[in-house]
Amino acid sequence: MIPPGSRPHAPDPASVIGKAPPIGEATDLLVIGAGPAGVSAALAAAGRGVQVTLVDENPVPLSAMGEEVPLHFGGRMGATVANRNAMLETVLEANPQLAEAVDGGVDVRLGTAAWGLFPRRPTTNWIGGHVVGLVDAQRAYLLGFKQVIVACGRRDMGLAFEGWERPGVMGASAAYRLAKTYGALDARTAVLLGGGTEALQIADALSEQGVRIAAVIEQAEAIGGPAKLLARLTGKGARVLTGHVIQQAIGDSRGLSAVGVVAVDEHGRRTGQRLESIECDTVLLGVGAVPAIELIEAGGCAVGFQPQRGGHVPLLDGSQRTSLPYVYAAGDCAGIWPSKTLCETVARREGALAARAALEALGVPGAGAPEVAPVPDGPPRDVALERLAWVRASILQAPGDPQVCQCEEVTCADILSLRPPRYLGRPQAPGARDLRGLAALGELAPHPDAVKRLTRAGMGSCQGRRCREQIAALLALAADRPLADVSLATYRPPVRPLRLDQLAGLPESPAMAQHWDSWFGMPTQWVPFWRVPASYTVATRSTEGPEAGE
Amino acid sequence: MSPEGAEGGAAVIVIGAGVTGLSAGWWLARDGHDVLVIEAGAIGWAASGRNGGGCSHHHSPLFLEEQSLWPMLDELLGYPTEFRPNRIRIALDERQFRLYRRALENGARQGFRTDVLDPKQIRELVPFAGEAYGGYFYHFGGHANPHRTVQAYAWALQDHGGRILQHTPVLGFDTRANRVAGVRTPGGAFACDHLVIAAGPATGALAAQLGVSVPLMSARAEMIVTEPLQLMGTGGVDGNGLYGRQTLRGNLAYGGGPHEWVELQDMGARAHCTVLQASISRRLCELLPKAGHARVIRSWAGFVENTPDGRPVIDRPASLENLTVATLSSVGFGLSPAAGRAVRDLVVSGSCGFADLSTLGLARFAGLEPGWRALQGWLPAAAGGE
Ligand SMILES: Cc1cc2nc3c(=O)[nH]c(=O)nc-3n(C[C@H](O)[C@H](O)[C@H](O)COP(=O)(O)OP(=O)(O)OC[C@H]3O[C@@H](n4cnc5c(N)ncnc54)[C@H](O)[C@@H]3O)c2cc1C
Repeated sequence: MIPPGSRPHAPDPASVIGKAPPIGEATDLLVIGAGPAGVSAALAAAGRGVQVTLVDENPVPLSAMGEEVPLHFGGRMGATVANRNAMLETVLEANPQLAEAVDGGVDVRLGTAAWGLFPRRPTTNWIGGHVVGLVDAQRAYLLGFKQVIVACGRRDMGLAFEGWERPGVMGASAAYRLAKTYGALDARTAVLLGGGTEALQIADALSEQGVRIAAVIEQAEAIGGPAKLLARLTGKGARVLTGHVIQQAIGDSRGLSAVGVVAVDEHGRRTGQRLESIECDTVLLGVGAVPAIELIEAGGCAVGFQPQRGGHVPLLDGSQRTSLPYVYAAGDCAGIWPSKTLCETVARREGALAARAALEALGVPGAGAPEVAPVPDGPPRDVALERLAWVRASILQAPGDPQVCQCEEVTCADILSLRPPRYLGRPQAPGARDLRGLAALGELAPHPDAVKRLTRAGMGSCQGRRCREQIAALLALAADRPLADVSLATYRPPVRPLRLDQLAGLPESPAMAQHWDSWFGMPTQWVPFWRVPASYTVATRSTEGPEAGE
Repeated sequence: MSPEGAEGGAAVIVIGAGVTGLSAGWWLARDGHDVLVIEAGAIGWAASGRNGGGCSHHHSPLFLEEQSLWPMLDELLGYPTEFRPNRIRIALDERQFRLYRRALENGARQGFRTDVLDPKQIRELVPFAGEAYGGYFYHFGGHANPHRTVQAYAWALQDHGGRILQHTPVLGFDTRANRVAGVRTPGGAFACDHLVIAAGPATGALAAQLGVSVPLMSARAEMIVTEPLQLMGTGGVDGNGLYGRQTLRGNLAYGGGPHEWVELQDMGARAHCTVLQASISRRLCELLPKAGHARVIRSWAGFVENTPDGRPVIDRPASLENLTVATLSSVGFGLSPAAGRAVRDLVVSGSCGFADLSTLGLARFAGLEPGWRALQGWLPAAAGGE
């Protein structure tokens, strides 16, 4: 604070003040993600006198898909995904409500990914308001917003076994996206790993589209998902192998030809030596549907581990509002539970609820009586235990040493022994520490970010999408702690890999270029010690040379 | 897990497990002193694990020691720091070329060589470079991996019998006459014979509780990192208003540009990145145009401390018999091996045996105006600007 009566002084010219980039466009209500929750939110807000913008990253560029972004596509994209215009049409056709939103006056932007939420707050206060970073096929740009509803959906938990890097091993949601949104899933015979509601529902949808589901593999003794869905799969010839995991994906560089499965007990230990081989060209990783919270978390909303909501989710009030009052979450990224998965209405209600709260914040009175936010119902389910069991059986008890982080080639043993990365020639210093040496007092399990810094696990180009849940589970198992005790590895913008030359194209204010220093821009900082005056005051300081900028 | 070092105290307590505190603790433990480092969060979670890793501070009285220690630090610590010597700096225009000459002059005066590079040499040395104005190859300086360095200090300190207590904020002090008797934490009180405050941005607030004025203000600074690329021969390549390096894995990690002043009480646990990452990307594309296709996969931000003149404070305040304060004023990573050694000397003998620290003393601020922050315009956006 400036003391009363004193003259305000010019701000530090080397600081961010006065250098905010021009924000070309702004909207009142931004909705990110055009699934059921996002579209419902946009429709609920449309025609109420506020500007509504709905962005969705589909169709995702082929280059991103090849890097397993934003989902683990496993190279199973059909040839048509390369044709962007055709894909745009397909995406529109797959989601008739998009046309409704356009007709309702919503500014709909497809093929547009949000790579960063940048809220204004006391420590990031130099931009005039809240902005989102967007990227489409042409350019990266910024959009100002007043309220934002994040409805980014889900992704799949990865699970390592020998050969899981082969093309054809893919996320269940990724397969669903390719089949339903793009009509471009290149799979004939699939093995489903995981028997929960989300997994069975996707397998059922894929089988409707002609994918043969050869088997459902579940580590637990029983299938957790609905019997009705399972029966539809077995009715079409799917085998059900409970108490089993995949030990090996067999094939060549072109892809998968079979998986070797093995029976395990409740501790994940192999109970038989024999590997049973099941022919397939695709493995659907369905061991866990993970709320896609990266934008929300990187933006600074509080998140917590809520096993009944499918893992780490934003902490919400009764109107889908996060800890940042102008940020809402709806749909799968706000929590995943079986009855919500089975009935789209729940996500839609969340979207509409968030829209109503956002409208009210924008000064538009709410429509209808206040509704309460949907909450998880049904039999309690513990995704923490499920994840631990999968990781124990598939990774820890595997005869080999599966590669957990594919981008950086980090194996399970590398993580557990905190081995330095390959480029260091893997020196094993005397007295080198393992994970137990890392966990700090007051910290119940090692922090995944600390493990990442030392082993590079989760540091690669897929931004940890395929390994972060596995790494967290490994750390919990190593520390013998509940999964909830493992901190969430932080997300950082850009939450989609973004080309340097694309980011570089964002407009800049002239003031930025006029005064850019590599470091604080203080001439006095760089005066060599043999020329430093004995005393320092603001009045007598030198603001001239030597030129700052070192 | 038993709380290591949770009982009693230590001969020397160090507040802060950033590079400054950890290095000081390691040097002390190495000499057989009983050291306890108390850290509010986790080791290196603040600026020390979020910086550019640059080790070239030719303007500092600690420069010679910085340069002699880094090449042998892996061996001294027993763990890898990923230090790589030398630095290439590319100027894209005449102004930058003049500016970057300062390092040549300061280096030369202290016995270090610099080669001036022409555009052709730059293209040969730096595969991703484009058309440059000119540049320098400094046969000094270099860069290391901050994460690995922080951990190396911590493990080396423990190998010598030192202790680290994490997630334990120091809240207050016990004093007796003109001595610090111990520190208070939520986990209890710890007695000490000597106290070192090396708490980064919080150093000023902690010292103030002991009646010692260490003028400080903190700011947020940001960096970006790309996916791994083919290794250039020399990783320590920067310029065009950026600092940074190619990591040994191949990622380009760069920062630079304006900082944002922030109040200590607003800092919270996390420094967030902003759209400044686009401006950093723009300058990196200009610096290394042939890497323009590389994808940015992460960014980070850190809160970093600064004194009014931007130069470190490493001193033993006269008003107390057994207190040492060390805050590195935003250039603390590279200087850390030397700064820690200087702190050790101050703790043990009251003066530094290898460098003249007189320009890093608190005495220089004796006449500092009380309103210096506002006078220098070092205020958060809400308070000062707009
Ligand atoms: C983006 C960025 C880039 C940078 N680039 C470079 C570079 O290339 N080269 C270079 O030399 N420097 C660089 N720096 C600066 C450098 O990182 C810092 O100067 C240095 O890390 C400071 O180290 P420190 O140990 O003094 O402080 P910190 O790293 O801030 O550590 C202080 C520690 O004290 C703890 N603490 C605070 N209060 C208490 C309390 N009450 N009780 C217990 N513990 C407490 C904190 O939790 C913290 O861990 C950069 C900084 C940033 C942010």
